[in-house]
Amino acid sequence: MKNNHEVKMMTPFTILLLFVIGLGAVLVIYRLANGLGAATNLNDDFPWGLWIGFDMLGGIAMAAGGFLIAGAVYLLNMKKYKPIVRPAVLTAFLGYLLAIIALMLDLGQPHRIWHPGVMWQVHSVMWVIAMHVIFYTLTLAIEASPVLFEKLKWQNAVNLVNKIIVPVVLFGVMLSVLHQSSLGALYLIVPGKLSPLWATTFLPYLFLASAVMMGLSMVSMEAIVSARAFKHKIDFGIIAGLAKGCIIALSIYLVLKLYFLATGPGIGAAFAGTMESNMYLLEIIGGIILPLAILAGRNKKAESVNGVVLGHILVIAGVLLNRFNVSISGLYGFQSATGSSYFPSMIELLITLALVALGIFVYMLIAKYFPLFQEANAEY
Amino acid sequence: MAKSVLVDLTRCIGCRGCQAACKEWNERSARKTTFRGEYSNPPRLNSDTYTRIRFSEKDDKGKPVWSFIKEQCLHCNDPACVSVCPVAALTKSAAGPVVYNYNRCIGCRYCMLSCPFQIPTFEWDSAQPWVQKCSFCSERINDGLLPACVKVCPTTTMFYGEQKEVLAEAKKRIADNPGKYINHIYGEKEAGGTSWMYISNVPFDQLGFRMDVPQVNLANITWDYISKVPALFGVVLVAGAGSWIITRRNEAEKKEGQR
Repeated sequence: MKNNHEVKMMTPFTILLLFVIGLGAVLVIYRLANGLGAATNLNDDFPWGLWIGFDMLGGIAMAAGGFLIAGAVYLLNMKKYKPIVRPAVLTAFLGYLLAIIALMLDLGQPHRIWHPGVMWQVHSVMWVIAMHVIFYTLTLAIEASPVLFEKLKWQNAVNLVNKIIVPVVLFGVMLSVLHQSSLGALYLIVPGKLSPLWATTFLPYLFLASAVMMGLSMVSMEAIVSARAFKHKIDFGIIAGLAKGCIIALSIYLVLKLYFLATGPGIGAAFAGTMESNMYLLEIIGGIILPLAILAGRNKKAESVNGVVLGHILVIAGVLLNRFNVSISGLYGFQSATGSSYFPSMIELLITLALVALGIFVYMLIAKYFPLFQEANAEY
Repeated sequence: MAKSVLVDLTRCIGCRGCQAACKEWNERSARKTTFRGEYSNPPRLNSDTYTRIRFSEKDDKGKPVWSFIKEQCLHCNDPACVSVCPVAALTKSAAGPVVYNYNRCIGCRYCMLSCPFQIPTFEWDSAQPWVQKCSFCSERINDGLLPACVKVCPTTTMFYGEQKEVLAEAKKRIADNPGKYINHIYGEKEAGGTSWMYISNVPFDQLGFRMDVPQVNLANITWDYISKVPALFGVVLVAGAGSWIITRRNEAEKKEGQR
């Protein structure tokens, strides 16, 4: 297999990525040596911050494209999407690995990350999530492995994975559906703390629905951006199909959100003018209604990808904002009641940025040196 | 046989003997604080301070009215922190205390997030940090001793005993002294009931007590979801496998038709 020469590794952009990653590595050492108090603005009233709210909750939601596309191709037999299975699965795999790094940095005792594996506590959503992360990361590794095996020319290994791929994908879909919703279930325990704008016992399923639209948007953006960057032809059928799926997910999510707003705190609560209500409105209007209008109103005949790009960016930003709201803005009122406050520290922000940069850089490396992009009629 | 404590806020004189005794028994060091224009010190429970007295000064027609509020873990009957801990580092012992086992803890701080009273604290300044909170002097209780704070209190502010006795005592005090207490036992229903309970002559909301604590067993809300997990697995399994079978069959039929 030849290198993908369209992927240039020595550009100002990649040098910037490497600089950010290097800076992040230094800060990680500082964090591990000096503890969370020195590196973050977390405190006894705000035990969870950016690393959980953005890196963990957002990162896992972004990875939803992996199970959606694998499921569509291998379980629903939608062959059209075969060319994007590998990029989608790889993104999910990298997303999970980065989320695990972020989680380890956030743990007080990172070297004990294996404890939930042997010290079971089935009443804990966190334990359920830990199990999912372990098994799903392994599943993604199997789903992504042909990329490596083909490069190494291990045809027997490729054949073996092809034989077991359907049950593996099915297992991955099962884990993902549960995992995405379990992240929402984390916040079921704080009905008194979380603003009623977000607190509902339906939160797990809202997380699942929003992860679906986020995953489709991520995969779509990736297809568009990598087609441009790596100069291969873009399949408009795929872009249009993903946009359609996204519209359906957005519509369902919007109806659910408005239903729980009306039956919970009431529509008026969204217009109370507080920090929480403004964040809620921003999330609903900027992250659901606006992208829904953009995607639904796209020019179908022109086969233009430009029309959908803004819509997908808004979906991604909107879901990230939702995770941020549930984990920080929505709890802010309760947690700051006795005078505490929280805003991510520079180190929290820079390490987050470094993790994103690391994800992009590794993706580029794999795109350059491994058989990531395939034709629609490929064997795997 | 769960032990329980009633804190009668009308009896506390704010001497903070309990605060000092707690530090001594648990060998927690002092922390340097700065003057903040009030008497409560330190400003919050922290990883070196499992209990403290919060001073509340209210103005009643020009006269200052003081209340002294003892803060510590309330040791819920069915604690949120115990239910959320992914490694069972926190457990509710039969004797009443919610105890922490640092051998298991991974430092995820979900216990801190889940606590409706904002009680567990973290050793933020350590590179090997643990969660810290009042243990209800679990070891002392097991040896038949009083908790350190209860033992040292000079005004019998804290009434220690079996949970049923303690609740009965609270009700008795309110009934026997018409007009003295407000008719609310804080901790009887809060968070589904707690081992530590409070009675007061001043409404609790005026004393900075959390009034937005749900009056339900929080652990049950999460269990409602978790207990559905196996069923959800099954639904996805059946739907996924079913759609795979159907789409393959459709494809086979299509191929058949083409022949």
